[in-house]
Amino acid sequence: MSERQHPLLALTKARLLEFVREPEALFWVFAFPIIMAVVLGFAFRDRPPDPVPVGVVAGPKAPEISGALAKADTVKPISYASLAAGLEGLRTGKITLLVEDAGGLVYHFDPTIPDARIARLEVDDAIQRARGRTDPSPARLAEVHEKGSRYIDFLLPGILGLNLMGTGIWGIGFSIVNARLKKTLKLMVATPMRKSHYLLAQMLSRFVFLVLEVVVILVFGVAAFHVPVRGSLGALGFVTVLGALCFAGLGLLVVARARTLEAASGLMNLVMVPMWLLSGVFFSSERFPKAAQPFIQALPLTAVNDALRAVMLEGRSLALLGTEILIMAVWGIASFALALKIFRWQ
Amino acid sequence: MNAPSAAISCRGLRKSYDDVKAVDGLDLEVSAGECFGLLGPNGAGKTTTIEILEGLTRPDTGDVAVLGRRWGSHERELRERMGISLQETRLTEKLTVYETLALFRSFYTRGRSPEQLMADLSLEEKRDARVGKLSGGQRQRLAVACALAGDPEILFLDEPTTGLDPQSRLQLWERIAAYKAAGRTVLLTTHYMEEAERLCDRVAIVDHGRIIAVGTPGELVAGLHAPHFIEFSTEPAVTDALLAGIPGIGERRQRDGRWFLAAASLAQAVPALIASLDGAGAKLVSLSTHRSTLEDVFIALTGRELRDE
Repeated sequence: MSERQHPLLALTKARLLEFVREPEALFWVFAFPIIMAVVLGFAFRDRPPDPVPVGVVAGPKAPEISGALAKADTVKPISYASLAAGLEGLRTGKITLLVEDAGGLVYHFDPTIPDARIARLEVDDAIQRARGRTDPSPARLAEVHEKGSRYIDFLLPGILGLNLMGTGIWGIGFSIVNARLKKTLKLMVATPMRKSHYLLAQMLSRFVFLVLEVVVILVFGVAAFHVPVRGSLGALGFVTVLGALCFAGLGLLVVARARTLEAASGLMNLVMVPMWLLSGVFFSSERFPKAAQPFIQALPLTAVNDALRAVMLEGRSLALLGTEILIMAVWGIASFALALKIFRWQ
Repeated sequence: MNAPSAAISCRGLRKSYDDVKAVDGLDLEVSAGECFGLLGPNGAGKTTTIEILEGLTRPDTGDVAVLGRRWGSHERELRERMGISLQETRLTEKLTVYETLALFRSFYTRGRSPEQLMADLSLEEKRDARVGKLSGGQRQRLAVACALAGDPEILFLDEPTTGLDPQSRLQLWERIAAYKAAGRTVLLTTHYMEEAERLCDRVAIVDHGRIIAVGTPGELVAGLHAPHFIEFSTEPAVTDALLAGIPGIGERRQRDGRWFLAAASLAQAVPALIASLDGAGAKLVSLSTHRSTLEDVFIALTGRELRDE
């Protein structure tokens, strides 16, 4: 008779070995978030915003207007020979505002575009000042470039949440459907292995990658963009671990019955795509209508993203994150329990 | 209801998939220490039967007891005490032989170490090879090694040597025979009559989800009352009427232009056959004889050959 490893440990180890020996899987877990971060790095590097292109229709007052606009660094004047040509430029998006002065100043613009509304104010300001307007109470501009309030600061925790969800659901989903297709699952069920051990091992093996994954994204964000981590690392660790477990449970549930890779992919997308959009990865989920908020707030990715942002950007402690922690825990435990109940083993 | 010596017993098993009756009223009793074979063509219901006995498939009706225990009440205990090799098992390709065996060993509270299992199945040289790099024979030996990881009292093998080359098959037969020699029980399915004859103490011939004959290979063959078969073809073909008159010839069958004759004594039947053919002016194209096998038993019972799909 021989010594044996604990089955949960042995299953977790086997799953890890299987994973690191799969080069494609490694790419999606490690290389993909880095590439994403590099691309974003180019998009959001520190520099002043581009000047907004503004069209000026040719006419006797055109040189004066162009001269006034050239002095303002927020807009860039472009000359058009006729009103028709200018309107064509406006319609095709080459300019955001068109200035015409043939016996009276006219601004052509689409008020539903925020940039156009800002351009109108900037242009009007520049022209009126050039024509002699004086401000009754001139203001001093005090610019703020504080870390933590930029878009990249908002985005990075979102990317972290997105990655936790993606690797959790994909990583677990494909591995299980594969084992089911190849009948490895059926063979294991024919042994005294506890089914809960198999499913728990899938979740546990996620931890190892989780640590690496989170560290890679976080270190990149802090080093390249100086994204702040104001809360404690312990709180951040707790939120990421809980988030990963929550998505691992969801991953198990999504593929609990799927017989084919196609069916599994479809289900995974069905679960993940709405969360990509609704859960505040790229823009705040508060932009959605009020009526939808209870639903959006109950989504696991919303809870994960909100908790990550609260810890990183606001430095909040776990004690103040009760709702988010509860939502993550309920999703994780409920989906694991349901998956165990309805799981198709052969 | 079961005698203590019955390792496996089942009564009135039935299992249908849609409108196909895979198992259609099957009774079976396997004694402890016995190697028992379910022999039959593909689609006869062998796999469904063995998976019901293994507790992996639930029968529509019928009663199963393994080691005197029921699946419903003693599943974990039974799983600890038996080993299973499924048909077409595909073990995880990225793991090595050793890692795979260590994993399966971990599932059992008692059992054999990976080293012992590798020695049992001659896999020591492949210790660190990934499963994906193994040959078909090595993979099948590994599958059997996994089934033996818990040092089981009963070993279930579903088509253990299907698709293997003759040498790998022989190697595996030796291992199964060694396991049985230690007093353990084996239940296997096969559509190779040679495998059943070599390994099994008793054989059940299965067709259309039912057992149509049970006995030792010797008993089943003896039941034919014809220890030999003569197989021949002629140009031009001869009629049944001509053969009917030959002394010492029993059952006659024709298939694909060839005749199969059961004979009690070759010394009597072969000269008489040749004389009759000469007399009828038919030229022999081929003639061979063989000792009766389980294949002949199957043909005699069903009118079909085992390798028929």
